[in-house]
Amino acid sequence: MEALLSRYRNLTVLLVVVVGQLLYLAYQVKTSRDERLIRVWAVSAVTPMAGVVEAIRHNTIGFLQDYFILLDVREQNRKLKADNDKLRMENVYFRNQLSTAEHARALTLFQAQSPSKTVAARVIGNSTVASAKAVFIDRGSTSGIEKGMAVVTPDGIVGKVVAVYPLVAQVLLVTDPTFKVGVESQKGHVHGVLDCGNGPCVVEQIQEEEKVTPGEWFFTSGEDRIFPKGFPVGTVIAVQPGQGMKDVKLNLSGAPGGVEEVLVVLHGVHQPIPVGPVVEDSTTKALPPPPPESGAAGKQQAVSQTEADKVVQKYEQIGKEQNHVYGGLASGLPNFNAKPPANTPATQAPAPKATPQTPPPPAKAAPVLPLGAPRPKPERPTQPPQ
Amino acid sequence: MIGASEHIRPRRQRASWFGRFQVAALVLLTLIAIISKFYLPRLIPSTVWLELPLLLTVYFGLKRPSPILALLFGAFVGIAEDSLAPENLPIGMYGITKTLVGYFAATVSVKFNVENSGIRLVLCFFFYIFHAFFYWLMRRALLGQLVPLDPRETLIHAAFNAAVALPLFMILDRMKLSGELTA
Repeated sequence: MEALLSRYRNLTVLLVVVVGQLLYLAYQVKTSRDERLIRVWAVSAVTPMAGVVEAIRHNTIGFLQDYFILLDVREQNRKLKADNDKLRMENVYFRNQLSTAEHARALTLFQAQSPSKTVAARVIGNSTVASAKAVFIDRGSTSGIEKGMAVVTPDGIVGKVVAVYPLVAQVLLVTDPTFKVGVESQKGHVHGVLDCGNGPCVVEQIQEEEKVTPGEWFFTSGEDRIFPKGFPVGTVIAVQPGQGMKDVKLNLSGAPGGVEEVLVVLHGVHQPIPVGPVVEDSTTKALPPPPPESGAAGKQQAVSQTEADKVVQKYEQIGKEQNHVYGGLASGLPNFNAKPPANTPATQAPAPKATPQTPPPPAKAAPVLPLGAPRPKPERPTQPPQ
Repeated sequence: MIGASEHIRPRRQRASWFGRFQVAALVLLTLIAIISKFYLPRLIPSTVWLELPLLLTVYFGLKRPSPILALLFGAFVGIAEDSLAPENLPIGMYGITKTLVGYFAATVSVKFNVENSGIRLVLCFFFYIFHAFFYWLMRRALLGQLVPLDPRETLIHAAFNAAVALPLFMILDRMKLSGELTA
């Protein structure tokens, strides 16, 4: 036996090493346990070096640009870009809320829910497996990141966190063959499963009788328990009849492969699928120029916008009636208690009464709206639900 | 006798110093190869095909007369790569593949003149295909993951890696990390 082993020593060692690794692999698969210690060592050994290389590259380029070309514009630009990303995320949320059929209900929903809480991170490296689409980001458990959290950009979804280390985390991209995402179409609310395993991304599990059209948007459905509902996924580029199921090809809006900065969703909020045009309208729509004003006609067309405007108009009207010139010498004070004529714009708006005859209904907490958002109409008194 | 032992001692000391240096250099090279695979695609996205850890394993196998050392080196490189893979790919996938590559490279080196550039080119081309196919097979058979394998893309990547291997091996030859001094 010894002679046999010494004769085939190389082969014996090969078998021992391979079988040992196979058994270890089988143990991991069987118990679904990951050997965290080895991974922590490897990540701890490699990521600092990659981080240093990335920092050197980034700082070298940044230094040249900051101090020789653009001074501090680059820093400002980065800050603005971060702000812009945040605002775009908020914009997605607000648009989704406001585009629901019932405006008041959407506002109530908005009031009840808080927007998704995110943390920004930078991609610092790829996975060593070429066929596995995964990246490392420079945020870890110390930043509050946990395994299973969704990773997005303002443009769309990117992936999910699959491993968390103190200073870095590993993100499996949606383009990985093993990754599936629950999606829902915008118009027909058709549910499907996104799969990017074999080349272009396709939405599976859509019956032939379901209606999906090219150009239609798909959003996350929230059924995968990873991505909150309502995040944009992509647009349909082709719909073909398949074997029992529709063959729907999708163009991802988030471009997860080439992304450099991402947002990790620490606390996700489900949103309704918007019914109107979607977020990804990059073209800036400007209002048409205002019509040229022509004397009094222009003034008559001017509509009071705020309470202050109404007060000014009211006082101007009173001044006109009493031939009073504001700011004139020895002109005294006009009688502000006099009622202006009924056909003036200032009086068209209902003036608030100082002493109401009946006690007002309990005031509802007014929803906090962003600047520029349309205000809700006053609600009619309704019967309480039975 | 005394003269002979005195003559031998400095050579042994020198050999052991080189041996230690080679081990450290190999560990460093392995680390650089893995970091390149980890980081280089971020810097230059078109270098996803570059398999420096595999090329290093092949080089070590071709230059080492001992298949045992070659397969152990392959296992070390493979497990290090596995550690940076996503968690749905358990540790050992690359380990087994590169163990076999190291062993076969060392076995082949006995039968061919591995200093010849043409043979190196062919062997690197072949080992890349073997590596890609075996890894794909293991993912499919052991883990049940239906991952696509594009034969045309694999062949092109194998050719690119073989082309990179030639200058790389020449550089490594100059660094004298092959083990002739310790042997």
